[in-house]
Amino acid sequence: MRNLVSPFWVSAVVVLAAGLAFTELAANEYYFTAAYLILQALIMAVAWNILGGFTGYVNFGSAGFFAAGAYTSIALDKALGLPLPLLIVAGALVSGLIGLGVGYLTLRLRGVYFAIATLALAIVLETFVSNWTYVGGARGAFILTPENHLWFSSYVHMLFMLMLILAVASVAISRKLNFSRLGRGLAAIRDDEIAAECAGVPTLRLKLVSTTIMGAMMGVAGAPYPFFVTYVEPISAFNLFVAVNAIAMPMIGGTAHWLGPVVGALLVGSLQEIIKVNISSEINILLVGIMLVLFISLAPQGIVGLVQKHLRKRSA
Amino acid sequence: MSVVLRVEGLSKRFGGFTALQSVDLQVSARERLGLIGPNGSGKTTLINCISGALYNDTGRIVFEGHEITRLPPYKRARLGIARSFQIPKPFRSMTVLENLRIPLEYAAWSRAEHRRITDEAMHVLETIGLEDLANKNSGDLTQVDMRKLELARALAAKPKVLVSDEAMAGLSGAEVDEIIDILLALNKTGVAVIMIEHIMRAVMKFSERVAVLDAGQKIADGDPQSVIADPEVQRAYLGE
Amino acid sequence: MVSVDLLANAIVAGLLLGGFYAAVALGLAIVFGQLDIVNIAHPALIIAGAYTAYILNSRFGLDPVLVGVLAAPVFFLVGAGLYRVYYAAFERTGQESLSGLAFFFGIMFIIEVALILVYGVDYRLVQTGYLGETLNLGFVGLPYRMLVPFAVAVTLTVAVYVYLARTFTGRAIQAVAQDRLALQLMGVDPIRIKQWAFGLGIATAAVAGALLIMIGPVEPSVGRQYIGRAFAIVVLGGMGSISGMFVAALILGVIESVVATFYGPSWAPAVAFGVLLLTLALRPAGLFGR
Repeated sequence: MRNLVSPFWVSAVVVLAAGLAFTELAANEYYFTAAYLILQALIMAVAWNILGGFTGYVNFGSAGFFAAGAYTSIALDKALGLPLPLLIVAGALVSGLIGLGVGYLTLRLRGVYFAIATLALAIVLETFVSNWTYVGGARGAFILTPENHLWFSSYVHMLFMLMLILAVASVAISRKLNFSRLGRGLAAIRDDEIAAECAGVPTLRLKLVSTTIMGAMMGVAGAPYPFFVTYVEPISAFNLFVAVNAIAMPMIGGTAHWLGPVVGALLVGSLQEIIKVNISSEINILLVGIMLVLFISLAPQGIVGLVQKHLRKRSA
Repeated sequence: MSVVLRVEGLSKRFGGFTALQSVDLQVSARERLGLIGPNGSGKTTLINCISGALYNDTGRIVFEGHEITRLPPYKRARLGIARSFQIPKPFRSMTVLENLRIPLEYAAWSRAEHRRITDEAMHVLETIGLEDLANKNSGDLTQVDMRKLELARALAAKPKVLVSDEAMAGLSGAEVDEIIDILLALNKTGVAVIMIEHIMRAVMKFSERVAVLDAGQKIADGDPQSVIADPEVQRAYLGE
Repeated sequence: MVSVDLLANAIVAGLLLGGFYAAVALGLAIVFGQLDIVNIAHPALIIAGAYTAYILNSRFGLDPVLVGVLAAPVFFLVGAGLYRVYYAAFERTGQESLSGLAFFFGIMFIIEVALILVYGVDYRLVQTGYLGETLNLGFVGLPYRMLVPFAVAVTLTVAVYVYLARTFTGRAIQAVAQDRLALQLMGVDPIRIKQWAFGLGIATAAVAGALLIMIGPVEPSVGRQYIGRAFAIVVLGGMGSISGMFVAALILGVIESVVATFYGPSWAPAVAFGVLLLTLALRPAGLFGR
């Protein structure tokens, strides 16, 4: 170990401590709701980027993976009354397995088939859930918020803190991956899959690892969602907006670096909350679409990429 | 000398087109083999079958006594078969040095010193003469440097057999000599080299033995001078 | 006990539906199958076509089929423009696999949200005299709201098929993905051919949209259900093949109709995905591929 305490872990501890202080100090519940949604989007963006940014395969069905996590929670909460941490683990397992399955069926072929399959997957899962009366079917399901919220003053405060921990953990995983042997293998696949295979990279296995991690992380983001909204129906859980944000945030922030989706999510997420409150939520949604198209057409390297390029120019 | 790679009765068809028809080929350890033939004669198909990018229909491929006919490319790379690509395929998001980390950390992982990957990569770059460009972005290289990077990356896989696919096409005379010298140096380190090339001067200068493909069949195999003198080769390859 | 009446009606309805699906997948068979451009915004453009038909029908009482034909040239220009942007930003720089896909995803999203902003999420429909009637042949009923779209879709498919097979430009389109070099040697600019073909593909969306809103009411997010369907049909049909695509569309229509009749219509959207995954797993080259 070169640095016993790296700047990353120092900032992680600072962020968590600040979050904890926030739950003690802030009074307005709105801030927690807004922050929860931004953190949820951040985990989704970080997850999407592991496959999209690091490995170079597009997932359009993020909403499907997210909803699979949410509905796993609903089903297991109803059936067994499991505590939230176990529901999160279950959500990760289910969505991770879905990722592995779709990946196994389509990734041996061309990459675009995977993209198309993920898009259709969201529709199929939605159809399935809409017909599954146990979890409320098309009408939706109410979830009782548990009484216990530890030492926090409300359940939403606790959920916010939980989400913050999950978000820091997913960023840490993504960062670790970015600088690991596995991460370099994924980058080789993204750059040139044939050359990677000939350099000894087991491309299919690495792609499957990548889709599984992505799916599991999205399941984690979705698992606490029912307890946050207390009423879930398929149309809101499978909202296309979830999928668009998961793509737009990394694309705007920059896909090649672990920091990209974090920057994108914080920036776009905060902007969305501001617009939602001050203007309207439809305009907000439209704006994300337009930003996505503009960024990928004009600045495909994203904000982090632009900054890196600028720094390199200055040092050269 | 011991045989390191043996190809037996290899055939490959694409639809109705026969690309390879029961080709036999042997490569000894440390040997320098030139593989020539007119365009469409099956050279690229043959090396694709050897590296695993394509699976042959019939016949078998044996590497150091193990049959590898159905192994995926990455496993063959790990055993010790490396190749360079005719059209360079650098990992464009990486620097030249980082490009070499991939084969060192994957193909050669069981043979590499895990804590000294950067040193090993640097060492390979010095062998090839790319050490000054180590931190340059691989997408920004010149054509000849990209060819060198292809060879460097293949070498970083610590192969026993290296397949060089037209590493010199389109290069100037001086650059061709440079690549030949690199290949000769690689061979000295104990790597058998299969050189696929159109530039006859390079083939004659480099090869200890030359094999000729024509229309998917091997029509000659022997020492360079007698192969070139073979009337069948002259008819097929050099034109009448 | 499966009733013969019910089954026969389901199959006939499925064939009619499948014919309409051919119109939905036709543009994609050109753009994805032949140009290899993964335009996932195609169904959203079909919805845009449906709203065009709705607007002109409700304002001026124009027949939706007529609107589709009139709107096609406009859609052609939109498509050609879209390809220009796609080419300049992604195809030329080799970015099509990630950024290009996300680009069309963004376009799809913008169309959908823009329609919601202007027209809301209410279902819209068109009014014409003949749409409520049914042609009865024995125990099989053929509603005109299915029969007319079927006839138009088949006509359109045949027209495109003949165009691609018989004209110089059509053959150039078929060659552009396989052999760019040969085209250049013939003095044809591959980019112009692709632009033309892309425009043609999008033009069919205008007609398909008009047919869609004749069959049933439409709201902006309906397009998403057609993504899986359209791609399933093109892949099952063997990518670029128009005749293969047509047969695949009929097959999917029949399966969906039978599933909807015997298991309930809420399961129908999942059928396409099942077909798509099965095709990719078992016969990735399509039904008629080798």
